[in-house]
Amino acid sequence: MADAGNLKKLPLDAVWRARTSKFADFAGYDMPIQFEGLIAEHNWTREHAGLFDVSHMGPCFFALPKGHGLEGDAAHKKVAALIERLVPADIQGLKAGQVRYTMLLNDEGGILDDLMIARPAEGAAAGDLYIVVNAGCKNEDWALIEATTKDEANLVRADDRCLLALQGPSAAQVASTVIAPELADAGFMTVRRLETQRFGRLTVTRSGYTGEDGYEILVKAEHATDLTNALLAHAEVKPIGLGARDSLRLEAGLCLYGHDLNPTTSPIEADLNWTIQKRRREAGDFPGAKRILREWDLGASRKRVGIRPNDRAPAREGVEIMKDGKTIGVVTSGGFSPILNGPISMGYVETEHATPGHTVDLMVRGVPRAATIVPMPFVPHRYYRPKKG
Amino acid sequence: MTRYTKDHEWVRMEGDVAVIGISAYAVEQLGDVVFVEVPGEGKDFAAHDTMATVESAKAASDVYAPISGKIVAANGALSDKPELVNEAPEADGWFVKIKPSNKAEIDALMDEAAYADYVKGL
Repeated sequence: MADAGNLKKLPLDAVWRARTSKFADFAGYDMPIQFEGLIAEHNWTREHAGLFDVSHMGPCFFALPKGHGLEGDAAHKKVAALIERLVPADIQGLKAGQVRYTMLLNDEGGILDDLMIARPAEGAAAGDLYIVVNAGCKNEDWALIEATTKDEANLVRADDRCLLALQGPSAAQVASTVIAPELADAGFMTVRRLETQRFGRLTVTRSGYTGEDGYEILVKAEHATDLTNALLAHAEVKPIGLGARDSLRLEAGLCLYGHDLNPTTSPIEADLNWTIQKRRREAGDFPGAKRILREWDLGASRKRVGIRPNDRAPAREGVEIMKDGKTIGVVTSGGFSPILNGPISMGYVETEHATPGHTVDLMVRGVPRAATIVPMPFVPHRYYRPKKG
Repeated sequence: MTRYTKDHEWVRMEGDVAVIGISAYAVEQLGDVVFVEVPGEGKDFAAHDTMATVESAKAASDVYAPISGKIVAANGALSDKPELVNEAPEADGWFVKIKPSNKAEIDALMDEAAYADYVKGL
C-alpha cells in the first residue's frame, strides 16, 4: 500500500469517502477505485449513466498573449500552429467548437502522451485552446509545451478545478435536465462553455473514454460538490470508480497511456493512423514525421491489436504472445469484459500476425493458452453524432 | 471446524479429507471473481506452495496451500461459475480437497475466533 499521506487529495474527496472506502494511488492522487463493485458499476455505465471523478487529469488553457489583435480563424490558426509543433493532428483545421484526439510526439515519432485539444465555440475565445492531458505526465507535458512555444503563448493549468465525466446512454438526458438543456444536441467531440447560475462557468465537451455517449465537465472546485451532488441525485446516475473506468475503456478498445502507449510506440504501431489528418501528412511537419510517414506508407513492424482468449483465463499486461513457440508480442492491457462475459486483451504483435482471425498463444503463468486476434472495439461505440441538417 | 491461514485460505476436515477455499474476507477484498485456476487431482503440495490462482475483475492473486498433501478433488463447477466464490466462499465456492500428509498442520492454524480477531486488526 502506498503511503496515503503523500498522495494528493481530490477536491471532492469528502464526497467520495462518504460513499466508499476503496481508494488507491493513481498518478499520485488518492482516487476512489470502487463503489458497489467493478462489474455492477461497469454495467450501470453501459445501461444508465456513470459519474467519474477524473480531476487528477491535466486540463489547461493555451492561449495567445493578450492583445494579439487577431480574430476568428486567424487567431485560431496562429495558436493552433504553435501546438502543431508537437502533435500530428490538424489543429488549425478545427472548426469552432470542435475537439480532436491527438498525441504529443518525441523526435523519434514516439508517443509522449495522448490528449484532447478543443477549439472554443465562442468567437470571443478565438486564439485559445482547451487541452486535456493525462494525469501521469501532465507536468512534463506542460513543461514541454511551454518550452516549445516560449513567450508566443501562455499556458494556464486548470487542474485546481474538478473534471467530471458523465458517461452512458442516459448521460444526455441527465446533463440536459441537471445542467443545461442545450447539452442534449451537442455532437460527439464538440466543446462549449456554459455560464450557469448554479454551477458557475463550465467547460463541457461531449466526449469520454468509455465508448458511451457522454460529457466531460470542467467545473471550479467551489461549485464541484454542488454539481456532483446534483448529478448523483438523478436516479439514472451512480458514482463509478477507476476500476470500472479501466474495464470500460478496454472494452471500447481505447489506449491507456503508460500501458498501451509509451515513448517507443508510434501512432502507426498503435493503429491510430486516423488521428493524423491529410494536411499534416502532406506537410510532414511534426516530430518524428520521417518514421511515422515511412510507417504510414510501408506499415510498421508491429501493430496494436485486440485479442480474445479462447478460454476464460484473463491475460493481463505483460503476458507474452507466442506463435508456433516463438514470441511475437506482448499484452499491454487485459482483463475481464462484463459485456462479453469473458476475458479481453489488447497488445502489440508482429504485423504479419495482426490480421483478425489469426490464432496465437498467450503465456499465462507459464502455460500457453489459445487466443484469437479480433477487431476493436470489443463492444461497439455509441457516440452521439447528430445528422447534419 | 473451519481453520484459517494468515493468507485467508480456509480448511475444513470432512472425514479424512480437507476441503480448502478462500475466506469471505478475502473475497470481499478481491471483488468480482471472474476466473479460478485450480490444480488437477493427484498433485502434491507442501504448505505455503502456490496452489491456485484466483482472478478478480481487478487482478490475479495467488492462493497458497494451507497444509501439505495430495489433491483428491478440484471444484469443477468454478470453471463455468467462478462467481460461486463470491456467492458462497466457504461453501459451494470451495477450491480443492486435499488428503493431508500431516494433520498437525491443521491444528496449528487459526480457529474462527482467532481469525476474526486477526482480520479486525488488518
